[in-house]
Amino acid sequence: MHPVRKKRLFVIMIIAIILSTAIGLVMYALQQNINLFYSPSQIALGEAPRNASIRAGGMVVKDSVKRHSENLSVSFDVTDFQHKVTINYRGILPDLFREGQGVVAQGKLNDEGVFEASQVLAKHDEKYMPPEVTEALKNANGIVKKRP
Amino acid sequence: MLPEIGQFSLILSLFFAISLALVPLLGYWKNNQLLLATARPLTFIMSTLVLMSFIVLSLSFLMDDFSVLYVSQTSNSQLPIYYKFSALWGGHEGSLLLWVLVLCGWSSAVALKIRNLPEDIGPVVLAILGMVCSGFLSFLIFTSSPFIRLLPDSPIDGGDLNPLLQDFGLIVHPPVLYMGYVGFSVAFAFAVAALITGNLNAAWARWARPWTTASWAFLTLGITLGSWWAYYELGWGGWWFWDPVENASFMPWLAGTALLHSLAVTEKRGVFKSWTVLLAIFTFSLSLLGAFLVRSGVLTSVHSFAADSTRGIFILVLLLIFVGGSLLLYAIRAVQVRSSVSFGVTGREAWLLLNNILLTVLTLTVLLGTLYPLLFDALGLGKISVGAPYFNSVFTPIALLLIVFMGVGPLSKWHNTKLNVFLLPCIISMVVSVLISGSLVYAYDLGLLAWLSLSIAFWVVCLSFSDWFSKVSVGTKGIIPRARQLPRNYYGMLLAHLGIVVSLVGVVLVSINSQESMVRLSPGEQTSVAGYEFRFDRLEQVQGPNYVSDKAQFTAYKNGQVVALLYPEKRLFNARQQVMTEAALDAGFTRDLYISLGEKLDGDSWGVRVYVKSFVRWIWLGGLLMMVGGLLATLDKRYQRRAGV
Repeated sequence: MHPVRKKRLFVIMIIAIILSTAIGLVMYALQQNINLFYSPSQIALGEAPRNASIRAGGMVVKDSVKRHSENLSVSFDVTDFQHKVTINYRGILPDLFREGQGVVAQGKLNDEGVFEASQVLAKHDEKYMPPEVTEALKNANGIVKKRP
Repeated sequence: MLPEIGQFSLILSLFFAISLALVPLLGYWKNNQLLLATARPLTFIMSTLVLMSFIVLSLSFLMDDFSVLYVSQTSNSQLPIYYKFSALWGGHEGSLLLWVLVLCGWSSAVALKIRNLPEDIGPVVLAILGMVCSGFLSFLIFTSSPFIRLLPDSPIDGGDLNPLLQDFGLIVHPPVLYMGYVGFSVAFAFAVAALITGNLNAAWARWARPWTTASWAFLTLGITLGSWWAYYELGWGGWWFWDPVENASFMPWLAGTALLHSLAVTEKRGVFKSWTVLLAIFTFSLSLLGAFLVRSGVLTSVHSFAADSTRGIFILVLLLIFVGGSLLLYAIRAVQVRSSVSFGVTGREAWLLLNNILLTVLTLTVLLGTLYPLLFDALGLGKISVGAPYFNSVFTPIALLLIVFMGVGPLSKWHNTKLNVFLLPCIISMVVSVLISGSLVYAYDLGLLAWLSLSIAFWVVCLSFSDWFSKVSVGTKGIIPRARQLPRNYYGMLLAHLGIVVSLVGVVLVSINSQESMVRLSPGEQTSVAGYEFRFDRLEQVQGPNYVSDKAQFTAYKNGQVVALLYPEKRLFNARQQVMTEAALDAGFTRDLYISLGEKLDGDSWGVRVYVKSFVRWIWLGGLLMMVGGLLATLDKRYQRRAGV
């Protein structure tokens, strides 16, 4: 083979090897680490998978926040004004966590239908509403309007 | 009256920006020297006008002119004066004005230095910058003017700056970051000018290099500052979140790093020309994409500006025009700048090619992870988020591979390298690094991953040293005079590579060796983390300039000795009634003690985060080293000389 072509082939092979490794890595990592968002209604209707890493969110229900008296365990309900889901969390909640605010949590739905959160996402502006929650509320309202 | 002057000068500057975009190009086309010569004065007038409106807006902030809508949204009369000034870029409109100002600053700098360039290239470069300025100025004026007034019913006081932003970080992070971000538009302008004039040679690359390196240095510093700020301000000790907006600044950094290296090849060897041009376009496009992601609100992020779809669409159109236009130009003209120099598989060109491939792959994986939720949503598959584990598991192996090669690459010679140049240093370095890191890992019980990464770190250090030593130990002169003769460029590279290694050590140790605990504590109680005892001494109410604070005192002991007093706070800001956590830190070279107050629980107990972070400072120390390296390389004597001499 012509030396220049040989060199080109070499370069192309290296690029191909690196790219295919990277694509393999990406595919694998994406499969493991995608977290779908489910609204309280979807969870109540059984659409969300159990024991898989997902995200859930909605408005925190007034007077639903219950704290353990000894440790940092806390539980609260979130709603899209159609259904409620209870979220359990152990740790420190973000500064802007308040009743009546929109939150998004990451974690798993257990067999009792309670959401075990590993992380409650912080928002840094009180006017800011997570887009997922906005959409969940809109969809829940849509269901109401279609039903009458 | 003042805000109207600001608005007026902004509109006037748009007029000059459009002229700058058109007139010199017309001059180039018609070969008219007079039209070409207008580029510099037009640039200066445009920049002065933007500067004027920037000054006007800062005056409005300093004088608490709440009749200006933007001021009333982001400032407050109780705000300390330095935050009043920096509140200017605390929201979308003002930060965009800062963006445009920085862009004008870079353009003026180019205009000042332009005499060194061949006559017709300079004005074309300025014209391209004029186009970019026109784009952003019209974005500013038509969708997000900061000078809109609330008359006659202007509020008595402003809505206040988000308490998170009332910090030293806001004063320095955005301007420095923008210096880097926007600086890449100079590289872009050079690339497009080269495509237009068909004049892409070593002199062109020598010209574009210092600008690219300088922007890269600023971007590095900006990202480093952002990471440091997030670490102490967000109250949970994270230093990088793979947040879409962080990625938005990180992607141009990765692509810019690739660009630096491919420019070196283009300058020294005249190869990779069309690739370099493509990378410059790519880097700038990623900056624009970043602006789109931050300002359109399409992604959930800590940096969210209030979402506004018209802004998103406007900047998307801008993105399409610039990317589409430059790629079209590239498709038409790139054939003319093809190079035909060959090089061997062991030459430095090949090593830098490898660097470019890996950096591009890294950029693409980050890009994919960032945009994947958007694609997923657009296809109607549902709302998803791509978690940090994706980025960690994809990014880490490729980045480590890149760093391994970063050690070897600099040993190589242009065109072809004899294998024995690599052989001995590599063997020695491998043995030394594996042994040193192995004993460290064994002594501190750190695990396999730490062994691998620390070995790679020492590997780079050993190889860099051996390369430096082989350069200074030849010839008859002593080591010190020879070391002085080596160009700044070379030392810049050494420093930047060393910076990567220092950051690597920080990243690895902070993720492997840190200890974190979240506990419930009342005054008088204590907890122990990583050999330190932390006692919650007391809690008191403190009055700040515009907030009330619950201020705690913690004492940290080690082996019965007092190490530090820490004062974490929970602040309640008056204007917005918003609560903010102020973490307390005891910074150290090998560890940080970090305490932040969580929520007040029943009685007098608090949820408290107590962290001992191992080597976390090294992450930012590495960033600083890279920045200094970049600046050193920018100041290399070769760039001071006039082109063509």
